[in-house]
This record gives sequence, C-alpha cells and structure tokens, in this order.
Amino acid sequence: MTTDTDSLRKRARSSRLGRRLLAERYSSYWLTLAGYLAIALFGGITLLLFYRSLPILSEYPLSSMLTSTNWDPARNNFGFLPAIVGTVYVTALSMVMGVPIALGAAIYIAEYAEGRTKTLVAALIDVLAAIPSVIFGLVALIVVVPFIGSYVAPVFNESTAGVGIFTVSLVMAIVVTPFMTSLSVESLESLPDELRETSLGVGATKFETIRSVLLRAAGPGIFSAILLGFGRVFGATIVPALLIGGQTQIPTSVFSTGQTLPTLIVNDFGELMSLPLTQSALIFVGLMLVVVVWLFNFGAMLVQRRLKRRWQYQ
Amino acid sequence: MNRYTTQRLFGIAVRAAALLVVGVLLLVIGVTVVRGGGVLLADPSIVLTPPGSRYMLEGTGGFLHAVLGSLFIVGPATIVSMVAAVSTAVYLQSDYSSKRFSDAVNMFLNVLWGTPPIVYGVFVLTIIIATGAQTSLFFGIVAIAIFQYPIMTRYTDEALRAAPETVRESTYGLGATRFESMRMTVRAAAPGVIAGLVMGFARGIGDAATVLFTTGRSTRMPGGLFEAATTLPVLIFDQAMSFNPEVRSHAYAAAFVLTIAVLGLILLSKLLAGRYARYTPGGNR
Repeated sequence: MTTDTDSLRKRARSSRLGRRLLAERYSSYWLTLAGYLAIALFGGITLLLFYRSLPILSEYPLSSMLTSTNWDPARNNFGFLPAIVGTVYVTALSMVMGVPIALGAAIYIAEYAEGRTKTLVAALIDVLAAIPSVIFGLVALIVVVPFIGSYVAPVFNESTAGVGIFTVSLVMAIVVTPFMTSLSVESLESLPDELRETSLGVGATKFETIRSVLLRAAGPGIFSAILLGFGRVFGATIVPALLIGGQTQIPTSVFSTGQTLPTLIVNDFGELMSLPLTQSALIFVGLMLVVVVWLFNFGAMLVQRRLKRRWQYQ
Repeated sequence: MNRYTTQRLFGIAVRAAALLVVGVLLLVIGVTVVRGGGVLLADPSIVLTPPGSRYMLEGTGGFLHAVLGSLFIVGPATIVSMVAAVSTAVYLQSDYSSKRFSDAVNMFLNVLWGTPPIVYGVFVLTIIIATGAQTSLFFGIVAIAIFQYPIMTRYTDEALRAAPETVRESTYGLGATRFESMRMTVRAAAPGVIAGLVMGFARGIGDAATVLFTTGRSTRMPGGLFEAATTLPVLIFDQAMSFNPEVRSHAYAAAFVLTIAVLGLILLSKLLAGRYARYTPGGNR
C-alpha cells in the first residue's frame, strides 16, 4: 500500500502481481472520485442555483418578494405569495388525504393479509407506485375533473370547471399513497415477531398491539416514508401543471384554481430564455424548492434520531 | 366503546383502505387500457409513424419521435448512471470507506433521492444557459442520469450490503485485492443490482419534469445528440393540453404504450432477479 504508483507501473511490466496491484490502485482512485459524487452534486446544485438567483435577489428584497401577491414578470412584478400559498394548500390537503389511507393499507398488508392475498395486494401496490405520474394526470382529466366539477363542488356550493387546488391534491394523494404504503410496509415487516407475541401475550387486542407497539417501533421508518411522500407532493410538477388551472392568484377556496411553485416554472418557461430577470426569478423558485426539501430532510433526520431513542424496543 | 368492537372496526378500516388503493389502481389501468387501447386498435400505426409537420395542431402522423426520444435519452442515461451508481455503492462498503463517511454520503443520497425532479431540470437548464448551449437530447441524458443516480445507488448499496459475507472472506482468503474481491461481491449481489438498474430505467422513462426544459419538446424525429428531442411523458403532457381532440386521443395511446413499458420493465426486473440469483452462494436452489 505504501508503494508509489510509478514503481507499481514498473512492476506491472514484468509481473502479474504488479498488474493486479496497478489495477487495484487505479480502481481505487476512480471509486474515491465516485464516492464524493453525491456530495459534489448536492453542492453543485445549491451553488449554481444560488449564483443564478443573485440578480433577482439583489434587485428586490427577499421579504417583499415572498409576501407580494402580484406576479407579473412582464412588468417586473415578482410576488411569490400566490404560488407559495397554493403549494402549501396542495401539500397539506394531499397529506391529509393520503397518509391515513397509506397507513391503513400498509397495516393491512403487514399485519392482516396472509398468503396469496398478501403477495397479490403488495405487488399491485408496487405497480401503482411505479406508474408515471403523468398517466395519473391524464386519467384524472377525464375521471376526476368531471367528477369534482359536477358532483363534489356543488355539494359545497362552489361552481368550478373541475380543475383547481382540490383536484390536484386528490390526484397527488393518489400518486403518493402507494409510495408511502410500500415504504411503511417495509418498516412494519422488519419488526421482530417477539414484539407482536409479547404484546398479544399480555392481553392486548390486535388493534392495541398495532397502535401502541408496532406503530411506535416502526415509527422512524413510517416517519421517513411520510416525509418522502411529502417531498414528492411538494415538488410535483406535471400533475399540478395539468390540473391546477394555472392562474396566479391567492386561492379563495380549496376548489379555486391557483398555482404552485413548480407550475410557476412550467407556465412561465416561455419567457425564461428571453428575459434575464424572469429567468433569475424562476431559478430562484428552483432554489426555494431545493432549500425547503433539504431543510425538511435534515430536520427530519434529527427528529428521527429522537424518535429512534424514544421508541426503541431493545 | 368496547375494545373488541374497536378492534373489529379497525380491521374493517384497514381492509377498506387497502381495497381503495387497489381499486384506484384498477381504475387507472382500466381507463388507460380502454381509452388508449381503443385508439391504438383503431390505428396501431401511430406508434410507428413519424409525426407530420403540424402534428401538435392537426394530429397528422404518429408519435414515433417520442418513442425513439425516450429510448435514446433514457437508455444512455441509465448506462451512465449505473456506472456511477455501482462505483459509488462499492466505495461506500466497509472495504473502502469508514462508517462515518458512508453514513454522511448516505445522508446526502437520501436528500438527493427526495429532491423534486423539476429541480434537476432547472439545474441542467441553468447549465445550458450558462454555457450558451441549446436544449438537446444530450442535456436530456444528463438530467435523467442525475435523476436516476441516487435511486440506483441506493438499490445497489442495499444489494451489496445484503451480499453474503462468505464471498468477501473467501476471496480475501485466496489473496484477492480489494478490487477483485469487490467484483465478486457485485456479482453475488447481481439480483439486487439488476433490480436497481431496471427500477432506475422505469423511473427515468416515466419522468417528465427533468426533461421538460432540457430536451426542447421537439415535434420532429430526433436528429442527433445535440438536436432537440422529446420523450413520451413530455409528449403526453403536451398532447393533453392540446385543443385538438384527435391529438388528445393520441395522448391516451401514448399513455398506454408508456404504462405497458413500465409494467413490462417491473416484470423484467423480477424475472432477471430470479435468473441472476444463481451467482449468489446459496441462491436459486
């Protein structure tokens, strides 16, 4: 290991061992490079996006951009509040609809289903998780949109064509539920059977076992599944762009049309190449997405460490 | 409420939840198959016909350009990404790096995994603007490769960690170098590595946000590495927004093709995983 590469190269000409050691040396250079790739990507993305957002950040104060409701890039009005509110609405609503269903389905697969049914249901949910989201958007255009427009919205005395915040939330909930389900199933199934046996043995019902023992023991895993689901809804692009209606306004109700941060980029992409300030503003939207997702991830790691200590079972 | 009643209600609730999820799946696949299959049965040639000059407006011709675009972008991207992913995953094993380092890198990989694909699209677009280049097939490959990298690395890393310790012990015992030992470990972990490869391909072929800004949404046949192109998901997105009902009906046909491709890939990954299990000691008995 202490031999330098030059002398290795000399030995490689004469002996087989030399050649093998040289291969080992070169491969380890390459692998070290690859090992740092993830960190380099992370740093590269943040720095480049930040550097390119500087023009807009130096032109307008951050606080006024985040609180202004006026988005009109052609007249140099960059108010991100409507898109931010839209994103918060969509993310919150989808998580409210998706998380209970995902947890229920995961508990069913891990704790209730048996034999063939279990294999079948688990496989179907994995298939659902793999279907591209653009297909959900497309199917929703002819199924969910008319359904919301003519049945759901009238119940709440709202008139809508069917596209809007609620439609997007419902479809995004459908997109992420199988994803959260299959990750939660993994963490529930990795729990040792002693936990179930002990709990049932001291007289708890199956429901009590699941609620007080299994969901806690699997808590950190389920937590990260929900967090990954959150990230997918938060950064979802295609489904909102198809179904949200694309009007940059503060939504007045959950059925009204709106805008999310990613759809802002999609809808104003045409102007992106020509106007430097708009370009910078949209890259800043990308930076916001990155920063929020990454803050959530790092925050979640801390919470997870706490949860692991609090709910540890060994 | 009686605790046994609660338990029964809970059992019904979780069954209903699972039923709902499966029902939605059947609905989505059903609509895609019926609508898309109907369009395709009426005119199967649209998959293999190049688009007419005003395809997005009049729906003349077919969408062969997007089918080829998808293959030309996701294929090379998967290969590039796989090389990077396997190298990274190998470096993260205990032979090469400390636990502290691999934990840190894994943290970054998790964060990258959770990063919205549109961010990768904007990142590559920023590179395009900075270098003064044009949106093209090449940048689509770059964007998809970055998007697939954390996914494939994670699958590969898990597969390598699950590989039997005996492979490592016996190869080192025979006097192999780290590199030679790792090659045997990768081979023993082949089912997991292949599964990661196919999953990465499936995710890459289904993603639209990364290529939306980077390939140029062209409506012509892909002409070269530095010419504009499009992929199936982007095409479906554009078709769905069209005012022409015929173009919109083509969207369902394209969705059908894409769904079949993704489902086929998942099936393939299961089959391949079984086939390559023979390289794992004790596998495929």
